[in-house]
Amino acid sequence: MALRVQDLKVHYRTLRGDVHALDGVTFSVADGEIMGLVGESGSGKTTLGKSLIRMDSRMRHVGGTVTLDGTELPIGDTEAMNAFRFSDVSIVPQYAMSAMNPTRRIGKMVRELVESRKIRFSSVRDELNRRLDLVGLDRGVLDRYPLELSGGMKQRMVMVISTLLNPSLLIADEVTSALDVSTQRAVALALAGFRDHDLVRSMIVITHDVSLVYQIADTITVMYAGRLAESAPTDTLVSTPRHPYTQLLISALPEVGVRYGGKRLTGIAGSPPTLLDPPSGCRFRARCPLAFDRCAEQPPFVEIADNHRVACWKAV
Amino acid sequence: MGRYFGRKLAIYALTFVVAVTINWLIPRFMPGDPVRAMVARAGLQDPAGVAAMREYYTSLFGFDLPWWQQYLNFWGELLRGNFGVSLWAYPKSVGSIILAAVPYTLGLLLPAILLSWWAGNKFGAYAARKKVLDNAVLPIWYVLTATPYMWLAILLAWAFGKVAGLFPVGRSFSASLEPSFSWLFISDLISHWFLPFLSLFLVAFGGWAIGMRNLIIYELEADYAHYLGALGAPQRLVRRYAFRNAVLPQVTGLALQLGVIIGGAVVTEIVFDYRGLGYLVLEAIKTSDLFLLQGIFLFIVIGVLVANFIIDVVYVLVDPRTRVGMGSGS
Repeated sequence: MALRVQDLKVHYRTLRGDVHALDGVTFSVADGEIMGLVGESGSGKTTLGKSLIRMDSRMRHVGGTVTLDGTELPIGDTEAMNAFRFSDVSIVPQYAMSAMNPTRRIGKMVRELVESRKIRFSSVRDELNRRLDLVGLDRGVLDRYPLELSGGMKQRMVMVISTLLNPSLLIADEVTSALDVSTQRAVALALAGFRDHDLVRSMIVITHDVSLVYQIADTITVMYAGRLAESAPTDTLVSTPRHPYTQLLISALPEVGVRYGGKRLTGIAGSPPTLLDPPSGCRFRARCPLAFDRCAEQPPFVEIADNHRVACWKAV
Repeated sequence: MGRYFGRKLAIYALTFVVAVTINWLIPRFMPGDPVRAMVARAGLQDPAGVAAMREYYTSLFGFDLPWWQQYLNFWGELLRGNFGVSLWAYPKSVGSIILAAVPYTLGLLLPAILLSWWAGNKFGAYAARKKVLDNAVLPIWYVLTATPYMWLAILLAWAFGKVAGLFPVGRSFSASLEPSFSWLFISDLISHWFLPFLSLFLVAFGGWAIGMRNLIIYELEADYAHYLGALGAPQRLVRRYAFRNAVLPQVTGLALQLGVIIGGAVVTEIVFDYRGLGYLVLEAIKTSDLFLLQGIFLFIVIGVLVANFIIDVVYVLVDPRTRVGMGSGS
């Protein structure tokens, strides 16, 4: 097991109280696995991604552990985490369009970043060039400024930088949100390519786009309101989802080749609960068509089949 | 890049022509008749003598010509480097009077502008990351930057000159001394220079420090700073990038503030009776010496334009984004 997350709890401090953005999350990612993490806005998926590498100043590690390759990560201690960032855990951020310093040539920025981590730039230069070739970027981009690159080029450049030190775990946070559909596919395949070339051991791909992770992920984990709802191998989750939320999510997707002339695509009625003071029991209860008395009690996240885990009383 | 600077130069040339024209107009709209003042100073009793003297001065300064002729002559003399003769210090030439005063004004302005800019940026950036310090000094900076130059000058002259008696107030150096390269003269010069310098420095410093503080806070929240942090880059690198990027708007700010600081220097010199261009402005106004006034304003206009051009060039050198814009034929 490359990554093991045990009962992780992360809260946001606000003036009105703590927001329970991650409320006891347990999962693991195997060596070589690409895990897709899907959920709607505010479900805690980005919080989970950030918690694994760098919490922002409002986030507080309340409980739980994160173990990577047998070593526990000091995720609550931003200074101690520095030793693991980039080399063990790395991230391709949401904001790849503006992730590079606009007033530095890209090559110079990479050199300064690498050297600031006490690594000789000459030892990674050849690898850097190879990876530019891998993602189809001209080596000349290193002499250019970020604003001379197109959006897709910046996205690929950031992917090259983030994976330069062969991290055990790469977090790809909404990497395709800012791209058009044709570029999205290229970026998704490039991500999978990094894993296939063994440059990155395992990967968590955070997105709200189920059809995107379907193309590259080995397993998919669905989050709802700060908790995990369901987790299964990709095909299982898409073909036989067991959690009512996952079922509704999958049924809301348009299918390729099917004409929707007279029919309206359905969504899920209602909206997720506020996490400032989350309701007890199953958090999907208020929107769930199958809800019954027992849902007032929080359902455990249990394995119902091989590698298929669900948090729902109806599925147990 | 050649096209860019060509266009810039054209704009500066146009600004120069407009400024010179306004400069020529303003003294002529001022109340008071300079010739009558000169004649009165001669103290003649005989009406015929007064009339003859009047006529002599009027034709000497070209006041009998039509206004457009005067304007064209003004440009002609200007291009030959002749700024005319001063009425206040007749018959000295305006050029020689200004040249004698310029070292004092530049000696005041250059250190005040450059040091306040440098120190303001450093302190502002430092305060941006120390919460306690920031809360303590920010109100002080707001008060400083909102203070009018001459008011702070009066306050300093009163506190350090009159009450504490640490520094002399008035003149650029003691009236009893002759300019020379002696220790006595130089220390006297510095003690006269210090208070006017300090008043200019403090007001400008507050503004730069506030600007830099805000810019650094903004830059440290920029995406590239978060990305570097997520990749474990030390704070030192992140701060270095943030500082370099935050300095760019401050360079532009310097160009915008130049005129204000020079205006501040003029009133500060008047408060301290410091014998630079500001002092000359006051004397020229008091004696309706329009040639001297024209000459000084012209000198200030040229100074501001040259300084702005230098800043334009510097900006292109320090911000790669402006160079990229030029490359794509904008």
